[in-house]
This record gives sequence, C-alpha cells and structure tokens, in this order.
Amino acid sequence: MTALVIAEHDNASLKSATLNTVTAALACGGDVHVLVAGEGAAAAAAAAAQIAGVAKVIHADGAALKNGLAENVAAQVLAIAGNYSHILFPATASGKNIAPRVAAKLDVAQISDITKVDSADTFERPIYAGNAIATVQSTDAVKVITVRGTGFDAAAATGGAAAVETVAAVADTGKAKFLGAEIAKSDRPELTAAKIIVSGGRALGSKEKFDEVITPLADKLGAAIGASRAAVDAGYAANDLQVGQTGKIVAPQLYIACGISGAIQHLAGMKDSKVIVAINKDPEAPIFSVADYGLEADLFAAVPELVQAL
Amino acid sequence: MKILVPVKRVVDYNVKVRVKADGTGVDIANVKMSMNPFDEIAVEEAVRLKEKGVATEVIAVSCGVAQCQETLRTAMAIGADRGILVESADELQPLAVAKLLKALVDKEQPGLVICGKQAIDDDANQTGQMLAALGDWGQATFASKVEVDGANVKVTREVDGGLETIELSQPAVITTDLRLNEPRYVTLPNIMKAKKKPLETVKPADLGVDVAPRLKTLKVSEPPKRGAGVKVPDVATLVDKLKNEAKVI
Repeated sequence: MTALVIAEHDNASLKSATLNTVTAALACGGDVHVLVAGEGAAAAAAAAAQIAGVAKVIHADGAALKNGLAENVAAQVLAIAGNYSHILFPATASGKNIAPRVAAKLDVAQISDITKVDSADTFERPIYAGNAIATVQSTDAVKVITVRGTGFDAAAATGGAAAVETVAAVADTGKAKFLGAEIAKSDRPELTAAKIIVSGGRALGSKEKFDEVITPLADKLGAAIGASRAAVDAGYAANDLQVGQTGKIVAPQLYIACGISGAIQHLAGMKDSKVIVAINKDPEAPIFSVADYGLEADLFAAVPELVQAL
Repeated sequence: MKILVPVKRVVDYNVKVRVKADGTGVDIANVKMSMNPFDEIAVEEAVRLKEKGVATEVIAVSCGVAQCQETLRTAMAIGADRGILVESADELQPLAVAKLLKALVDKEQPGLVICGKQAIDDDANQTGQMLAALGDWGQATFASKVEVDGANVKVTREVDGGLETIELSQPAVITTDLRLNEPRYVTLPNIMKAKKKPLETVKPADLGVDVAPRLKTLKVSEPPKRGAGVKVPDVATLVDKLKNEAKVI
C-alpha cells in the first residue's frame, strides 16, 4: 500500500498545503511518494525530498506541465497511478480542479476535503457548509482524495532524504491553453497558512475604509487579511481573500472578525480557528455565538483603538 | 450551439440543517429546498449566451427524485428552453451524475456544459471535472468570466491568489464561481411560461448507467461545539484577554 501526494508548487518552491497533505497520506498507512509535475521544477522536487516521512519523489518535467492545466496534470498522474492505493491532493483551487478528473478516469469516487483519516478506507469530511461531519467508507480499489489543510498538521519540511526519480513528462493534451494569470503580489502571510487573520465585512462600507481600518491592524499583528463574501461582492476586497464555504477554509490561532455578521457560509470557513474575536455593533449578530471574545462596539472606533493598544 | 446546464435541488442555503439523532444523515424532511446557488449562476450564464446569439438552445438537466421537476421549472423560468429529468430515488453521487450527464451529452451533443462549481449540500466540487474527464473534454473550473469566440471559449478562473485565463475549444465543461454573474429574479409571467415548456423524464437504466454509490456513509455527526465565549466591555479588556488568557498575541 503506497500513497501518492500531488505536490502543489509554483515551479520554484512548494506550497505549504503540500505538507499538510503529506501528513494525511502518512495517516493512511504505507509509504508516501510525492509527484512534482511542472516545468523547471527541480528546486520544488528537491524541497519535496526533504519533507519528513516522504519515501520517494517523482519528478516529471515538461512544457505541458508548466501552468498546472488540469488536463495535462491529470494525464501525468494517470501515467503513474497504477502503483498506488491512495492518491491525495491538497484541497486547493488546483487540487480540486484536477483530482475529480483523475478519479473519473480511474472510474472511482473521489473523496473531497477530508479532515480526518479513520483508517485506510474510512475518512471524515464536512458536509452542508460544515454543519455536519460525514464518515465515509470507500469501496473503490484506489482512493482519490483531496485534503483540507486545516484538518492536518504540516509535515516537517526538513529531515527527510527521499530519492528523486525522474519520469518522462506527458505530451500536451491540447485540450486547454494557458493564456495568462493575474496573481496578486503580497508581502503578507498566505491566508490559509497565517497564524493570525484579520477579516472585514460589509460594515466597512467602502474599499477605502476597508484598507484604512483593516490594514493597520493586520500590519501590527503580522496577520493575513480576509473578507466576507459581502465585502468581496461589494468590491471592498479581492476575491481571493474570501473566507467561507465557497472561499478559503482557514483555522488560524487568532481570527478577528470586524463588521462580519456571521452567516452560515462564512462560519463554515473559519469556525475551527483556535480563538475567535468578533467586533460588531449588532449584539444579535450570529458571529457572537462562535466568538471566544466578543466586543460590541463600532468598529471604526474600536479597531483603531485596538491598533493603539497593541 | 446547444448548452447543457445541470441543476441540483438542494436544501435552501439559508436553512441551518440538523443532524438526525440516529446519525444516518441530516434531517431534510419538511425543509425548504431550492436550486443550488451555483447552478442558478450557470443557468443565468447560459441564458445570457443565448441572448447574445451565441447559443441556440439551453437545456436544463436534473438528476434525482420527482420533485427535481420544480428545480427544472425554475431553470426554465430563468430562460432554459427545455428540461430533462433523470429520475431516480437512489442516492446519486458525483461520479454517477457525471456518467448520467455524459450519456445525455452523447445524445444532445452540446457545445458547452455549464455546471455550478459545487453543490452546497455534499460540498463535493467534482461533477463538472468528472464529466469533462469522461468526455475527454477540456475544463474550466471556478469561472468568473466566459467569452465565446467562434469555436473557442476564453474563461477567466478564480484561483488561489488571483485569476488566470485559459482557452478551450468546444466542446468543453465550465463550472461557475460566485462572481460570474448575478442571476435574474424570475418573474410571474416567466414562471407561467415555464410550465408550458417541454420536460422529458428518463431513468438511469434508459441511459445505461449504473448509479450504485461507491462511497458508503457510515455515519453523520454534529461538528464539535465551541465553548461559550464572553463579551468584553472595551478594547483594553480585549487586549488583556488575548495576551494573558488566550495567549495568542
């Protein structure tokens, strides 16, 4: 029984979600191999070989794999899938894009967003926006899984010494063409890996106010910035900052929700945070039901005061 | 070009579901059901492409119990031309739905299939990708912008950290993200008109698809409850609690 983890990387370095996925793979029992598929990704493959617990790294390098197109990466996974009992992807935009494609080609069900491994064929996953936890057993020969990063600790990025085996890269399927990307540059910690997150909602009222109020607090705490769907839809914050059922799932040490009412869909993305602070002037806001510390106050006064007090 | 839009009947997004005491599932008896919000966005996008003259026909498909007819009527009230119900009382998992859709795609030969990115009940986020794989088509998931130019489709996708743009040739599968569009409200005259639009019912066996579930749900439980929190009177107390009690800053 051997598990294959599909590494997420930008061809230069590994994304941290890969480390959490390795931990989930180790919990399935058996050896863990990591596939690094990309172009010019030798550095990412070398980094994967350092992860504690990884027995082997498989490195496929080719132009078709450069931008992580689902059609090509799935073909690469399928080319080596025959040797594995478990194939695990991080439950990121990339993993979610590719994993079901691999599962359907193997004619197996895919198990999404697992938060716990009970045994080699039994897993726990949240359903209904995290309002219920389903324990599911797979009857398929190969388990194709996406792993919710916040459900598993990160494996140590160093201490391993796996061999790197190079395999031939697949040819371009020609089904899709990558035209370009607009990736926001940010010095802040990545939202899904941040220890502290400061999140803003509709109550901020405008993009200017969002930046003016939320940014200083995040700066002070070295925190990532998040947003509710309402704030994103209103244009106060970028889409990729959305926390919730359909955005990012986060579980930081400290989550500070400013002017967020706490709809079911938002709570689904942050209720596993260790400590939740809510700042809201509506005493009836549902966010107070999950907050460890609630401050009933106008955020335009309270947040600057908080920045001062820190 | 035809567009096929799969729609799912799910528990309304505002309902806070309860887990059944015996742990067999969530209690959906007497709960308000609606069209999955991402599917509404998918129908809206298909109808807009028809209004632009890009698409000739929009076909809504739903797989599930007889009441899914209501969901199909909603899709037709938004502007879909006809509906197909694949009626089955069994639990249909994403792989089974993808196979049913593949069978319909083979029959209807659409240029595009536009699905929601995920259903808000099982939160799987699989069906569109699986359909694309079964048909060996290109896929564009989490779409926030779709431009059809002849045989090519340019799609902007929401990815971690920003946006990316890819180009697919038809046929292709697109799955919708929240930002793709704002679905229109259905008006009463359109609801009346939708009642007259054709709705065909087929069974999985007619399509030659085995829908047996591959994942067995052993139990469904409540998520762990958070301990009750406290309200703090002012910022100073909050900072003190965070520093000395929770020790997180």
